[in-house]
Amino acid sequence: MDHPLLSVQDLTVQFRTRAGTITAVDRVSFDLAEGETLAILGETGSGKSVTAQAVMGLVPRPAGQVTGGRIIYDGTDLLTRPPSEARRLNGTELAMVFQDPLSSLNPVLRVGAQIGELFRRRRGASRAEARRKAIELMDRVGIPAAARRVDDYPHQFSGGMRQRVMIAMALALQPRLLIADEPTTALDVTVQAQIMALLADLKAEHRMAMILISHDLGVVAGVADRAMLMYAGRVVETGELREVYETTAHPYTRGLMASIPELDGPRERLQPIPGAPPDLMRLPSGCPFRPRCAYATDICASQPPTLAAVPTRPDSHRAACHHAEEVLADVVAG
Amino acid sequence: MSSPAEPLLSVRDLHTSFPIHSALLRRKVGEVHAVSGVSFDLPAGRTLGLVGESGSGKTTLARTVIGLERPRSGQVLFDGRDLVTLSGRRRGAKAAELRRIRRQIQMIFQDPYASLNPRLTVRQIISEAWMINPGVVPRHRWTAEVNDLLARVGLNPDHADRYPHQFSGGQRQRIGIARALALRPRLVICDEAVSALDVSVQAQVLNLLVDLQADLGLSYLFIAHDLSVVRHISNQVAVMYLGKLVETGTTDQIFTAPVHPYTQALLSAVPVTRPWAAPPRQQIILTGDIPSPVSPPSGCRFRTRCWKAQPRCASEEPVLAHRLGDHPSACHFPELPAQPQPAAVGAR
Ligand SMILES: Nc1ncnc2c1ncn2[C@@H]1O[C@H](COP(=O)(O)OP(=O)(O)OP(=O)(O)O)[C@@H](O)[C@H]1O
Ligand SMILES: Nc1ncnc2c1ncn2[C@@H]1O[C@H](COP(=O)(O)OP(=O)(O)OP(=O)(O)O)[C@@H](O)[C@H]1O
Ligand SMILES: [Mg+2]
Ligand SMILES: [Mg+2]
Repeated sequence: MDHPLLSVQDLTVQFRTRAGTITAVDRVSFDLAEGETLAILGETGSGKSVTAQAVMGLVPRPAGQVTGGRIIYDGTDLLTRPPSEARRLNGTELAMVFQDPLSSLNPVLRVGAQIGELFRRRRGASRAEARRKAIELMDRVGIPAAARRVDDYPHQFSGGMRQRVMIAMALALQPRLLIADEPTTALDVTVQAQIMALLADLKAEHRMAMILISHDLGVVAGVADRAMLMYAGRVVETGELREVYETTAHPYTRGLMASIPELDGPRERLQPIPGAPPDLMRLPSGCPFRPRCAYATDICASQPPTLAAVPTRPDSHRAACHHAEEVLADVVAG
Repeated sequence: MSSPAEPLLSVRDLHTSFPIHSALLRRKVGEVHAVSGVSFDLPAGRTLGLVGESGSGKTTLARTVIGLERPRSGQVLFDGRDLVTLSGRRRGAKAAELRRIRRQIQMIFQDPYASLNPRLTVRQIISEAWMINPGVVPRHRWTAEVNDLLARVGLNPDHADRYPHQFSGGQRQRIGIARALALRPRLVICDEAVSALDVSVQAQVLNLLVDLQADLGLSYLFIAHDLSVVRHISNQVAVMYLGKLVETGTTDQIFTAPVHPYTQALLSAVPVTRPWAAPPRQQIILTGDIPSPVSPPSGCRFRTRCWKAQPRCASEEPVLAHRLGDHPSACHFPELPAQPQPAAVGAR
């Protein structure tokens, strides 16, 4: 990638809590090219949302702090810019859609006014113009009878329609990068399919770069180009999505794949990962996945693994495991 | 759903609705028809999966079966006894019989944390059931029995005196399962019991449910919105839409030869993990949302979102009956999925 739109380098985010300091994001690096979609995957607490918050400049202060790394957007480091300037980017260049659309919409403002507000404040549009733009966008994201519904309040919309409103707001100022954090997790499968189809359309139409955050490996498979798996705040495996899913080289990714019942797979006993996701306050030495890992040996306790090229696709596929080649051999053997 | 065995649970034409009151007019102004004429059988030792979109009435159906909601009409036959007629009495022999039967039906909820009293230890949470239902386990056996139950669900009995907040989400769900098992139920209703869990932990709990069924001969009514999970655990599946069952059958029948357009749409919406390796499939993207159960569409309730709807669908309600293939469906125009579906469906 010669000129990535976004380049995150060694990003580290810590939270100070009453019980002590935790490293929610631990030296995370990734690049994203114009028009490319990256899926960030992993279980609860792995650091997906905090990574997104850091890119958007939304890490809650003062408890949370970016303590290291760089976030280079279009050539300049967002972390060293004055906050006012970073805020200006939000919406125009970068935009985000959250999991829970109701809590991010203002309940006492009409939906159309909330979308239109962006045009009025950021583009100096007139009231009538903003309203027209709002209807246009609502129509674009598939809200039926947009011209009529523009004056409704958020509670008059279903969960799926609210998520469309959020997407409409995120798209209003034509951002170059859209981050969607679990955009369909609270929705029915039928509505989830609608939203994912919409995101795929938008991606194709506008060459918009996207970061899709999910705990569901299946939901992103049809849309994302690349996948990045996180565990305990660290990137454990990354590469082209298909490579990561087919020639898996990290035991955690492999465990996740074996935990999912497949709609068209054989109905055999699941092979869950033993144990539970780690407590960031009490991480084991070496590899954080070690206590749950069938491949773990002495080296895993003494030396934290770093991301290294996976031999099948050394240019793009990397995994952080001392036993990556064994895992890969087992995965390939079935 | 035919089975040679006598059904353990048999639901007959069940109707449950909620009144809508107007604060302004101080009277009932309408009704939410949450469950509108549902019938099914669940044989002993088997699992019936219940699927359908949010608001289709799954939880209301479950709550009516365990007696938390009173149906407007219909029967809930457990072992041949109708719980609806039994529940008319507060005291006496019938009330005692009802309590004895109800004990055998337990429920596991989606949110393990909300359903566990934070001020009680795990031991107290589990023993509470025996306090309320004396005679199931004698008091001198409580300690041993709690330990057995915890071990059975994969928790360390040494942790029995800890509080719910000291456990992870997956462990809390195991506590919920242990509590449900305390009264030695024969039927366990799992309402989105694994939905909130991370996939690796969800797989552990699914395996546990499978093992418990094999060991204890439990029957499950398994409610979930994740169709892959339902397919994994169920012997039979019922598909619910706006208060009614639209298709029922064995898991294979529903997943490989669904004939109702709603079932086909639901299945086609399930994301596949390896789209490049999956057989090509027609994705049906349904338009709009599930209509309000206050004033459901006339005739077929699915017709407002159906790409095959004809005038007949508005005037005549399709009942759940054998129409095409070897299992019941409720569509005037059932078709096997091999039939090509119009591409226009994809329009949002
Ligand atoms: N405001 C905060 N204060 C303290 N700790 C926080 C805060 N926000 C996040 N964390 C912690 O940071 C870690 C990473 O959280 P994050 O929200 O990124 O996880 P996630 O991968 O998005 O998980 P989920 O799938 O549950 O959304 C967790 O341990 C979390 O408890
Ligand atoms: N106590 C109640 N009072 C009024 N209406 C209710 C009540 N409980 C449920 N409903 C309504 O009944 C319908 C069915 O709800 P129910 O909770 O049974 O659906 P569900 O299939 O379990 O949905 P979900 O997948 O969201 O859990 C919905 O329209 C709901 O709003
Ligand atoms: Mg998150
Ligand atoms: Mg429910």
